[in-house]
Amino acid sequence: MTRDAIFTRIVELIEPLNKKGVPLTDATSFANDLEMDSLTVMDLVANIEDEWDIVLPLNLLPELETIGHVADAVARLQK
Amino acid sequence: MIDLLDKFDSIAAERQAVLDAGGRDPVGVVMSEVLSPTRAIIAGRETITMGTYNYMGMTFDPDVIAAGEAALRDFGAGTTGSRSLNGTYASHKTCEEALKEFYGTKYAMVFSTGYQANLGVVSTLAGRGEYVVLDADSHASIYDGCSMGNADIVRFRHNSVDDLAKRLGRLPPGAGKLVVLEGVYSMLGDIAPLAEMVRVAKAAGAMVLVDEAHAMGFFGDHGRGVTEAAGVEDQVDFVIGTFSKSVGTVGGFCVSNHPKFEVLRLVCRPYVFTASLPPAVVASSATSIRKLMHNHNKRAHLWENTRAMHAGLRARGFTLGTATAESAILAVIMPDQATTLAMWQALLERGVYVNFARPPATPTGVYLLRCSLCAEHTADEIATILAAFDAAAAVVGVELKATVCAISGQQSPR
Repeated sequence: MTRDAIFTRIVELIEPLNKKGVPLTDATSFANDLEMDSLTVMDLVANIEDEWDIVLPLNLLPELETIGHVADAVARLQK
Repeated sequence: MIDLLDKFDSIAAERQAVLDAGGRDPVGVVMSEVLSPTRAIIAGRETITMGTYNYMGMTFDPDVIAAGEAALRDFGAGTTGSRSLNGTYASHKTCEEALKEFYGTKYAMVFSTGYQANLGVVSTLAGRGEYVVLDADSHASIYDGCSMGNADIVRFRHNSVDDLAKRLGRLPPGAGKLVVLEGVYSMLGDIAPLAEMVRVAKAAGAMVLVDEAHAMGFFGDHGRGVTEAAGVEDQVDFVIGTFSKSVGTVGGFCVSNHPKFEVLRLVCRPYVFTASLPPAVVASSATSIRKLMHNHNKRAHLWENTRAMHAGLRARGFTLGTATAESAILAVIMPDQATTLAMWQALLERGVYVNFARPPATPTGVYLLRCSLCAEHTADEIATILAAFDAAAAVVGVELKATVCAISGQQSPR
């Protein structure tokens, strides 16, 4: 899957959680822009892991601040 | 200068708003006197405590107190040292012997708190390039043990055997893995399907650790926990526990049959780099643990109390965290923070103390009043508590539905 396609799919997974209708771009931050708490982020990560059948360990989360960071990580880890 | 405390302003403001509205501080309760395992004086009022995890009521047991008094007199107030240096007294070894006897294991290691036991064992067992696989609803001490260590951390959906199997299946077959489970989950009081989970973990080549903090003393024939009740004692590599619940003191421990277990005393930092428990605490704990081995009547009474409270709250239309009384924790689900606080305070004003719990300590964003039963609660106290719930709900205007929807619904293997 291309990185663009990965980004598009991640945005679809986030949209139900985007209660304030924040524009979702590469630079959108989970904590600051989307105001997600750590539990919500962990649940979202579980869905992303299942979507691509990959492992995104929780200890990597501090480095995954934006949607772009997650798209890059998925692109790197996908099979 | 940047004020490093500024980042907590929103949390401080939320608490201040509660106090400004004339409410009591749910995290600022002071017990000026403690009368018994189920009674204390709070704000000048005699109050029934139903949120203490003092499941077996051992805090005022005469033998437990006598053992502590003797140790205080004979060994002094504190050890002023690490277990590894000058902080291991005869009473610490006696306490570890009592644990080995209680659990039927070859090894036991006593930590200064249950929190430190999880912090130490989880962070030490799995290292770089290895994996800790934990339940999403794991206690903070398990998450903190993960943060402290160097392993990769994988989280599975709460109590889902399929999700555990799926996530284990994604890990490299050759890598070391530790699956961390809890017998009883402390927020909703639901129990883990340990038999299935342990089978899946072992099939994936993982070692298994079970935290039995909220199950010691009253699950299984010997009171060893959900591990024993589920019949998987021989497959669980490490059991973590605490003295601050059924044992009625403070402290934590790990028991195991692993032949290399003793090396943990050399490499586990939260064991090495802190002072050991005071002699009175370990002496009281050892006595309490030995008494818990034979307390079948208390066990039975605790389950009776728990079932009576669960049935009573259900009959009144309260929504509970579990469809049946799976453990001695009952979670009364509330709609929002304001109602939870109002209900919590109305109960306190009627002489009943329960725990106020909110996200992120609770799972799935729920607000709840957490109740934990004690073997020493009397039938009169149960009735008084239920009457207080009635009155408080009427004053607060809590909507009570005849049909109770439970959040979790494991079958009890007890």
